[in-house]
Amino acid sequence: MLQSKYIIKSNALIADQTYRLDLLGDSGAMERGGQFADVAIDGFYLRRPLAVTEWNEEGISLIYKVIGEGTRKLSSMTPGAELDILTGLGNGFDPLKCSKRALIVCGGIGASPTFTLAKDLIAAGRQMNVILGFNSAEECILVDEYKALGAKVEVTTVDGSAGTKGFVTALLGGMSEGCDHFYTCGPKVMMKAVCESLADIDGEASMEERMGCGCGICYGCTCHTTDGPARVCADGPVFPKDKIIW
Amino acid sequence: MVTEVNVCGLKFRNPVIPASGTFGFGTEMYGCYDLNILGGIALKGSTSEPRYGNESPRIAECPAGLINSVGLQNPGIDALVSTKAPALRNIYNGVIIANISGFSIDAYVESCAKAAACPEIDLIEVNVSCPNVHGGGLAFGTSAASAAEVTREVRKVTGSKPVSVKLSPNVTDIVEIARACEDAGADALTLINTVLGMRIDIARRRSIVAAGYGGYSGPGIFPIALRMVHQVTGAVKIPVIGCGGVSSARDVVEMMMAGAAAVQVGSANLRNPMVCKKIIDELPALMQELGLEDLKGLRI
Repeated sequence: MLQSKYIIKSNALIADQTYRLDLLGDSGAMERGGQFADVAIDGFYLRRPLAVTEWNEEGISLIYKVIGEGTRKLSSMTPGAELDILTGLGNGFDPLKCSKRALIVCGGIGASPTFTLAKDLIAAGRQMNVILGFNSAEECILVDEYKALGAKVEVTTVDGSAGTKGFVTALLGGMSEGCDHFYTCGPKVMMKAVCESLADIDGEASMEERMGCGCGICYGCTCHTTDGPARVCADGPVFPKDKIIW
Repeated sequence: MVTEVNVCGLKFRNPVIPASGTFGFGTEMYGCYDLNILGGIALKGSTSEPRYGNESPRIAECPAGLINSVGLQNPGIDALVSTKAPALRNIYNGVIIANISGFSIDAYVESCAKAAACPEIDLIEVNVSCPNVHGGGLAFGTSAASAAEVTREVRKVTGSKPVSVKLSPNVTDIVEIARACEDAGADALTLINTVLGMRIDIARRRSIVAAGYGGYSGPGIFPIALRMVHQVTGAVKIPVIGCGGVSSARDVVEMMMAGAAAVQVGSANLRNPMVCKKIIDELPALMQELGLEDLKGLRI
């Protein structure tokens, strides 16, 4: 965990209620895709845990959706402003679990934390199928970016305004062929359906819970696992599918 | 300039102690900063048996703090004394405080006896004030008679190890309960625990925390804590460890001017896990600004 100040380079609307926040600052604590940052926002007591989309020597990038007053305030911040952020939080996805072809299944803003994982898998010579599910075309994010990595990408939307009409689960059969490991992030009901549908493939899911500290000291975000109680922020957020008790 | 304080014969290199439940078992923070700067560390509340605690959501944000309903999730007293406390002692040389809760007098006694026998634990904080479990904790802390009974029975098995009873603000007269605990043999008091509270999700028309109610803490309760510490320290002779909304070096000094012998920092760790280091770093300059040579004896 690293606490540091970051300067906003850009904070741009990229889809419906969805912003990409590029931050200049120390990215040294980031180790794996799927880790998150905890952003202090003036006027709000608790930090906002947000997935880190990607990072480089210059800084880190987060994609977030406005879902409450805190993220609304964040979306109003402009380049040059400073943010106090904890980075390098959580365990992240394990790219070494995949030895041939990975299946990445995301819902909505869940496309963000798997993006660095996808980059790392491609860099390691793995092949990849990606299913990105959204409510509508206006919510689509990172579709071109995943395609640019060389992944086979399919999009689903609930209203049919982009890609295949329906839920991500409709495409699991065809897209999971040849895959030896899956990674999923999105609404809990979607991840549960993905884990149950892909019964023959090992995989991992990134869980979400209301958090207090974000760094494992308050036990405010505990979930049930087959190993007993686990803190989503520090023991997760990524858990192997066979450990999760839905 | 002297920042060292003494509580129940235990030397604290400064009065700053992360409060129970806001700093895990200490080891979680290893590597984030040098923990040895801390005067003491209060470990997460423990019970005789392991507990999952309450279902999630357990956290609800408030304008000046948060509500938690963790519900005493902990691995049990046996894990505390055999694993958690020794692991912290390996990396920390200050005062280690075990926080013990229970659902019966017998359970308090059993857990406190084990904590007293644990060489790594310096001080036992008896929690009769957790608002997040039914039939335990707070149930013992809301009457002078039951708080005194827990104190008296626990004190029989703790030998020379000091006991601080952690009191609840959710009572009519905290002074009466404080006096009863002192008379029953408490070596110190810690106050206050969280204030019972609630937040409602108005879109879903239900409580934000799954348990319904939870403990409200943070800067919003600081004035309440301060008032209660001042009242109690005016009424008892044993030292009081002040707790409740302390977030800065100024708050630490203010709490000590209310009469606290040492100060716990709770919710502020959730906002900023490094806050205790920041407070300790800022104390000397603040003391200089205020013309304070010593942090002892500041009660107004």
